Amino acid sequence: MMTLRQFLTFAGTAATFLFAASPAHAETVNLYTTREPGLIQPLLSAFTRETGVDVRTIFIKDGLAERVAAEGERSPADVLMTVDFGNLIDLVDHDLVQAVDSEVLRAAVPAALRDADDRWFALSMRARLVYAAKDLDLEDLTYEDLADPRWKGRFCMRSGLHPYSTALIAAYIAHHGEAAAEAWLQGLKANLARKAGGGDREVARDILGQLCDIGVGNSYYVGRMRSGAGGPEQQKWGDAIQVVLPRFENGGTHVNISGAAVARHAPNRDQAVRLLEYLVSPAAQQLYAHVDFEYPVNEAAEPDPITAAYGTLQPDGLPLTEIARHRRTASLMAERIGFDN
Amino acid sequence: MHSGRGWSFASLLVAALVLLPLIALGAAALRGDASLWPHLLQHVLPPTLYQTALLLLGVGALVIVVGTGSAWLVSAYDFRGRALLDWALLLPLAVPTYIVAYAYMDLLHPIGPLQSGLRAVLGIDSPRDLRLPDIRSLGGCIFVLGFVLYPYVYLTTRALFLMQSATLIEAARTLGAGPRTVFVRVALPLARPAVAVGASLALMETINDIGASEFLGVRTLTISIYSTWVNRADLAGAAQIALAMLAVVAALLLIERRGRRSQRYNTAAQRARPMTPTRLSGAAGVAAFALGSVPVVLGFVAPALYLVERSIARLRFAGLPPTLLDATLNTVSTAAAATVVIVALGVTVTYAARVAPGPLAQASARIAGLGYAVPGTVLAIGLLAPLGAFDRWAGDLIEGFVGGSIGLLTLGSGAALIYAYAARFLAVSAGGIESGFARVAPSIDHAARTLGETAGGVLRRVHLPMLRPALAAAALLVFVDCMKELPATLLLRPLDFETLATTLYGEAARGTYEDGAVAALIIVLAGLLPVLLLARVGRRVAEPLP
Repeated sequence: MMTLRQFLTFAGTAATFLFAASPAHAETVNLYTTREPGLIQPLLSAFTRETGVDVRTIFIKDGLAERVAAEGERSPADVLMTVDFGNLIDLVDHDLVQAVDSEVLRAAVPAALRDADDRWFALSMRARLVYAAKDLDLEDLTYEDLADPRWKGRFCMRSGLHPYSTALIAAYIAHHGEAAAEAWLQGLKANLARKAGGGDREVARDILGQLCDIGVGNSYYVGRMRSGAGGPEQQKWGDAIQVVLPRFENGGTHVNISGAAVARHAPNRDQAVRLLEYLVSPAAQQLYAHVDFEYPVNEAAEPDPITAAYGTLQPDGLPLTEIARHRRTASLMAERIGFDN
Repeated sequence: MHSGRGWSFASLLVAALVLLPLIALGAAALRGDASLWPHLLQHVLPPTLYQTALLLLGVGALVIVVGTGSAWLVSAYDFRGRALLDWALLLPLAVPTYIVAYAYMDLLHPIGPLQSGLRAVLGIDSPRDLRLPDIRSLGGCIFVLGFVLYPYVYLTTRALFLMQSATLIEAARTLGAGPRTVFVRVALPLARPAVAVGASLALMETINDIGASEFLGVRTLTISIYSTWVNRADLAGAAQIALAMLAVVAALLLIERRGRRSQRYNTAAQRARPMTPTRLSGAAGVAAFALGSVPVVLGFVAPALYLVERSIARLRFAGLPPTLLDATLNTVSTAAAATVVIVALGVTVTYAARVAPGPLAQASARIAGLGYAVPGTVLAIGLLAPLGAFDRWAGDLIEGFVGGSIGLLTLGSGAALIYAYAARFLAVSAGGIESGFARVAPSIDHAARTLGETAGGVLRRVHLPMLRPALAAAALLVFVDCMKELPATLLLRPLDFETLATTLYGEAARGTYEDGAVAALIIVLAGLLPVLLLARVGRRVAEPLP
């Protein structure tokens, strides 16, 4: 027979599993993120060491906004973090975040990389690059060039409906208008060596397998592969491709961000602000650069040497909010021309 | 039948719980307008419907041919290795489709082992000079899904062949029918209900699949729902497409059921005698074993060996992920708790349809199975609003009595996960339990009731003991499904709570899917035990009733 004590222990365990925990105590901050938290775990651990504040995380790839909205005023969410500025702006549009009045954040994050009303802040940048076979001469490559018929049957890309693609197409619309963007996207489609799909890393692998010669991918994948952090095999893949920083004919290199905001009903608001301030501090920004091979947003930190070797990043001058206005058009355009079909 | 009313009510309640997320989706759909539809009708639906239809046709044909064929092979023939195949044919059930897709992608890539090896043998230097078809295609997706999902058909058809074909088949043999004629003209028509049940489960998994289809570049309807929702933040539009798709699936299920109504072979009350298999020896026996091994190798052995190889490389390089033990415990305990609930609910809806037959109980039972046809993410999204509303209501109520602040009750809790699993997998448990009930002649119920038993008493003292194998089979199938479940778990789980599937997904999202190899291997290993048990129980399901 179970003793009363055993029964109570059992019942307690069952109850904590079955029903959500009561609001967190003072020294905790709850992080909801569309970014896999393992990637930023070194930063979160450093934050806990420095401040004594525990970080509890949940990685929600899709539906983060819907979950926080459903939780409403009782939501335990303190910090909301995403890896695409579009998703971040969606959180603002759904009224799920609050403004943060922090001199520290304003000083560390350049104005182009944060909300004018202090509702969201970029924490790191990644550039949309071109991966290519090593023997190609790609001096001064532009995004516009990728639609050139000379790449016919030689170009690889992920789904045209992925948020990273949507952002790139939206930036093209912002630069050249809708009609030119559609012609460009048709050109990319005509150049595809295989159906658009998979991840950025498949682009590198398909170049290695000689299925294609050139493709689009994010900056940090290459850093992770080349650093050997993912094992010797991936290091080989990373070294087997060349990486080019393309630009728009009338602008710079397209960048996306990872960013964060304080949840509208954050129960631990002060800790949430502290976490954000920590994440843009020079020390944390240096970790972003070295652990994740991203570009720091704080100018006090430097990119990792592996990243710096691609060339000097000159981010496109268009504000992210301007690009974000064209996301819907971009996404519908990719469907209209059947980019993924 | 007074106590029948209680059962109908309970069944209605279960149906309402499954409907709740769908109603919430309906509400979300109505919040949008129809402005997206011209775009959808012109640009999105024609290609995606076409691809979805081809995918369903291909997977359907493959699972029926492989599932029925292998079931017939191990039922009608006896050869060396048959006992092994009998259970090994179920093994692909343990592997999630998205893992198999990743595995084949690596194995068959131009720089993967197969093509590299082939080039080395043929003395070809460049992959350009030897182009094999890409697995990232509709055909590749049909191949992957077909060889992973055929066990649903194998399981139901095999039980049926064991159970009730002997007399008719032997009669046909006596009348001079050859093996092919017996299979085509007698066994297949007999097996049709079982094939239909298994194939509809496999096809529902196909239609709500996101992982494998997306990875292999097939634009299904579900992927369109997904990109409408995620990439355009248009939940209303996504809900509209999802409900339209659900209506089509429900209509197809209904048509299938009507078509089957006229064909009922009821030998259930008799003592059925298993058929005597034909003995194959020598080359014929080896050929039979080789043929029967093909689905096991393609659906299980190849991807599993790949995972073992990757896991060893991964363990050497990075060691054991520290969170794996917790994730395993979370997975097993959540899946086990959910299984108990889902089997109980399955018994409720099927028994209600038995003791209080009528349109209401029938409808409830059908509705209860609808959740399986809805993509997991969509179902989970539908659950968010009702659970949130409940938490607000219950929270206010409790705080009104005891004061303080109790936060959320169900959202982000184990209860929400169990609810989501139940809404999704009730069809799996109800299907198996229903066929178990069907074998118990109604005259037995009448006799027990005449002797003064209540409906509950008949269930407890007559049916449950006889149903034990069917219940166990349903429980194991549900358990494996819960363990592999990813999208609803990802969206509804508590803070700092990972299952094996979410760990694997996280590692894959972090860097590369090979990094998740260890978690993937543990999912497969943890699924093996229930699948092996299922193979044992599956035989008992088919044994004559005492």
